[in-house]
Amino acid sequence: MKRVVVTGLGIMSPCGNDPVTFFANLVAARSGIGRHSRVFPEDTTCWLTGEIPPFSTAGFTPMRLGTLDRTTLIALLAARQAIADAKLVVNDKARAAVYWGTGLGGAGTMEESYRRSLGHVAKARLKPSTVVMTMNNAAASEISLDTGFTGPAYTYSVACASAAIAIGEALRAIRNGYCDCAIAGGADSLLTLGSLKAWQALQTLAREDAANPGSSCRPFAADRSGFVLSEGAGALVLEEAESAVARGATIYAELAGFGSTSDASHITKPSAEGQARALGMALDDAALKPDDIGYINAHGTATAAGDLTESDAIKAAFGAAAMRVPVSSTKALHGHVMGATGAVEFIAALMALRENVIPPTAHLHKPDPACDLDYVPNKARRADNLHAVMSNSFAFGGNNAVLIATRFTC
Amino acid sequence: MQTFDTIREMIIEQFQLDPTLITPEATLESLNIDSLSTVEFIFLLEEKYKIEASDRVELRTVQDLVNEIDRLVAAKQGGLPAKTDTA
Repeated sequence: MKRVVVTGLGIMSPCGNDPVTFFANLVAARSGIGRHSRVFPEDTTCWLTGEIPPFSTAGFTPMRLGTLDRTTLIALLAARQAIADAKLVVNDKARAAVYWGTGLGGAGTMEESYRRSLGHVAKARLKPSTVVMTMNNAAASEISLDTGFTGPAYTYSVACASAAIAIGEALRAIRNGYCDCAIAGGADSLLTLGSLKAWQALQTLAREDAANPGSSCRPFAADRSGFVLSEGAGALVLEEAESAVARGATIYAELAGFGSTSDASHITKPSAEGQARALGMALDDAALKPDDIGYINAHGTATAAGDLTESDAIKAAFGAAAMRVPVSSTKALHGHVMGATGAVEFIAALMALRENVIPPTAHLHKPDPACDLDYVPNKARRADNLHAVMSNSFAFGGNNAVLIATRFTC
Repeated sequence: MQTFDTIREMIIEQFQLDPTLITPEATLESLNIDSLSTVEFIFLLEEKYKIEASDRVELRTVQDLVNEIDRLVAAKQGGLPAKTDTA
């Protein structure tokens, strides 16, 4: 079976629009969360969100921008970054693929079409591009168009595990010879009034800390109150290892393991058993033992059920090693980027591996006694020669995905 | 010429094209404006002129676009049915 390496990274996130800035902000515990910039005319609630900082759209004509949902736009920008970072050379574009994840695709366009259609605008008519802007495979297809890659361009919509599963499936495709390289990752931008209200109705959103809104998301803390809805995109260039080495690519890490399970128990309530199986499966896939893992980027949504279940799952899968492995949730800083979260947080783990620095769980000043692992509270930690890192993504629907990266050696 | 000038400016702005390329005779194809972009552009014209291009009319050149908008605007102002004469 072929080995697979990561040779390029791209990111658009509330904590920065390139991997270096993003990781520096995580390490410094600088939050990208704040009060939402847009005031919705229908609802004056002051929403707390994680918005991507302003970015350039140079090179896109107004017509092109007008026919791309924001999710697709940030996906394209992240993918372009990753390809540039990798200095990717593709000799046979039919052997290059796109594996992309998204939870709600063109949510903003969809909501705007509903808003116009359902009585808010007299005799509303919709943009002719509405269908191709809202479809869930828009981002994957636009990346395919942008790159000219003519291998498979697949979309995985698995809620919060979407991007992690897309990356894992790309790993399997390259390993098994279905393609030589892939852009893999995910994007979501659903900071719309309808989405915010839906998540609020589910009682999952964090209460605002009025004194410091950026500290409102507190994973693993006794004073947690939920997550902050954010937008983001993360992209990786994955290549078959031998050809990447042969072309002299700079290699971030080997994508060494992927575990994926379903709970089949409850639509929202997570299962430690299902998560632990995914963790164990990823370890087996990477041929690693729990003690080999030097850092886990947790799913860590700052909900009581989520934090406790994930901690239990790590204990079940890691045994005694669970108490030794540093675990942090960077969602405290960038919020929950939904379908992109598996890519954005895997990039955090890859940067940790590269820099030998473990980003903290910010805003963890009141530990929850029921969460008793090493959550790297508040301050980044230098690590001694990290060898392997893990990233967890657990989705509504009971879908669990775990990725492992290792320092690459030929 | 007023409609042409307006449409010309909008094409330049929306598609970031060289202004010298936008002549009445220029085909949309020669400007790399494909069918999806054409309907999206017509949608912008509908918003601007407060008209509704409900008929599917074949538009090949910039002048075709101008003629269609003029026809729809006239129909709206005259209260006449905005129907393409196919006789």
